[in-house]
Amino acid sequence: MMDEHESPELTDDEKRLFADLMPEDLTEILDTGIHRRHFLKLLSLAGGGILAAQSAVAEQLLTRPLSETVPSDLAPESLENAVNVAFKVNGTSRKLTVDSRMTLLDTLRERLDLTGSKKGCDHGQCGACTVIVNGHRVLSCLTLAASCEGKTVQTIEGLAQGNTGATVRLHPVQEAFLKHDGFQCGFCTPGQICSAVAVLDEAKNGHLSYVTENVRQSTGPVKLSNEEIRERMSGNICRCGAYPNIVAAIQEVHSGKPVEQVFRSV
Amino acid sequence: MRPFTYTRAKDATSAIKLLAENPNAKFLAGGTNLLDLMKEDVERPNALIDISELGLTDIKTVTSGANKGGLSIGGLGKNTYAANHPLVRQNYPLLTQAILAGASGQLRNMATNGGNLLQRTRCPYFYEVSMPCNKRQSGSGCGAKEGINRMHAIFGWSEQCVAVYPSDMAVALAALDAVIKVRSTSGQERSIPIAEFHRLPGDQPEKDTNLLHGELITSIELPQNRFADKSYYLKVRDRASYAFALVSVAAALETQGNKIVQARIAMGGVAHKPWRALKAEQMLVGKDATDANFKLAADAEMADAKPLEHNKFKIELGNRSIVLALQMAMKVGKA
Repeated sequence: MMDEHESPELTDDEKRLFADLMPEDLTEILDTGIHRRHFLKLLSLAGGGILAAQSAVAEQLLTRPLSETVPSDLAPESLENAVNVAFKVNGTSRKLTVDSRMTLLDTLRERLDLTGSKKGCDHGQCGACTVIVNGHRVLSCLTLAASCEGKTVQTIEGLAQGNTGATVRLHPVQEAFLKHDGFQCGFCTPGQICSAVAVLDEAKNGHLSYVTENVRQSTGPVKLSNEEIRERMSGNICRCGAYPNIVAAIQEVHSGKPVEQVFRSV
Repeated sequence: MRPFTYTRAKDATSAIKLLAENPNAKFLAGGTNLLDLMKEDVERPNALIDISELGLTDIKTVTSGANKGGLSIGGLGKNTYAANHPLVRQNYPLLTQAILAGASGQLRNMATNGGNLLQRTRCPYFYEVSMPCNKRQSGSGCGAKEGINRMHAIFGWSEQCVAVYPSDMAVALAALDAVIKVRSTSGQERSIPIAEFHRLPGDQPEKDTNLLHGELITSIELPQNRFADKSYYLKVRDRASYAFALVSVAAALETQGNKIVQARIAMGGVAHKPWRALKAEQMLVGKDATDANFKLAADAEMADAKPLEHNKFKIELGNRSIVLALQMAMKVGKA
């Protein structure tokens, strides 16, 4: 992640783009970097299709972190009930001062620039904010950041191995979601994938579900039927209704055998 | 959410002290219900005392006291841990099933056993602060009594409150005669039988339980029983998973041959507390475990139900659910 106080240096292509599209703002942009209102202007131009011709440059700009949006740390004196907390996120140690009310979800998104975890309902009903804390899947919208002292948090950003370009190796569940088209709009997907990764671990550790036939049988890895996967994933809602594809993706990773791609069999 | 101070408690004694000296403080454990209610502005504590790192998570055989030979389940242990623990699965499969019937995998990983007992109603009039609700604001009236009350109580309600208690776990605990162990400011422990832990609304619906401010649930004790072979938790809801019960039934039988020696039946989704179906139980003792007798027992229990405008269906549903849960308990025993 880049330092939040540093203005991103514009490429020559980008300078040309701004000179074309918003000449009145160019000096300021060159001086102090891109600010939220420039960004919004760009977005509205993109919406109007004006950026289409320069889409590659525009896309590069739109995906850059903005200088204004993420202060590296809020001054403790501006917080009414400040709490110091240190925890690990995706292998990196983080030390923060947070408002006592701040949820883990808002901390990840607003303070640590990890916007993969999504805010769907913010009330623990949709699962879009699912992350893995100390190896267990939990809802980050109902977890206070203050309560994460000393804990280990894994988010969707931390599942793939390797950082950039050709060295990135997606997690098998991520690969399977791609293969089986386990999403449409994609908003619930980070939560679905984090949840699925944990479900596979739970099955390996012999965890039961409400649809497990005989709960008294001896512990050991559980073989998941599709019904079991549906029950265990019921905390993750998908409004696009990609459920058959999600179940197929998880089943493929769980069984280690190819599962027919549902969207091709109709 | 309103501002609050946050304190990580170091041990149970200091946590209890911190809570006791502030009437507006609350314990924070899993937070799954409390934080949601704080976001909705229903709960407004000015201090949270985080007790999630205090320990009190063990599950072990009780070695002394009234429940010797039974099981002690830590009040701050997670629901997932309790449901999957070998001693719970083997000796109290009814509890395993009930816990797994509730919420989602994520929520069960967060929620503690003590916190589960203290869940508040999901009555929409309680959650919506622009609506009258005697439970949320004493004396403001009840929006549900003459409002939309499909999900509400058919047993034990009062003019002040018709809400139902939401926990599945507690319904199994009621059938299993659990005892709640709590520690108070004086450091003394007291035991509250599950039947006396939760309250009917009466004219004080704002009080869900008989737990006093400053008391901490340290463990839940289950007495030994002979129900492990024949028990079943049936949950009927609007969707197949991840929804609160319209009606649920925890059924447990001890039989000799086909004769019922002991029966335990508790219902969820029908009252302000887990509803122990004592009439149905009495009808079954000494009788043969037949569908006809199950039906007679269900009829006896449901005869006392007093439905509201939109939940008359719960009488027939409750009746059939009692019969089905008893049948399933017998079937599990044969498997």
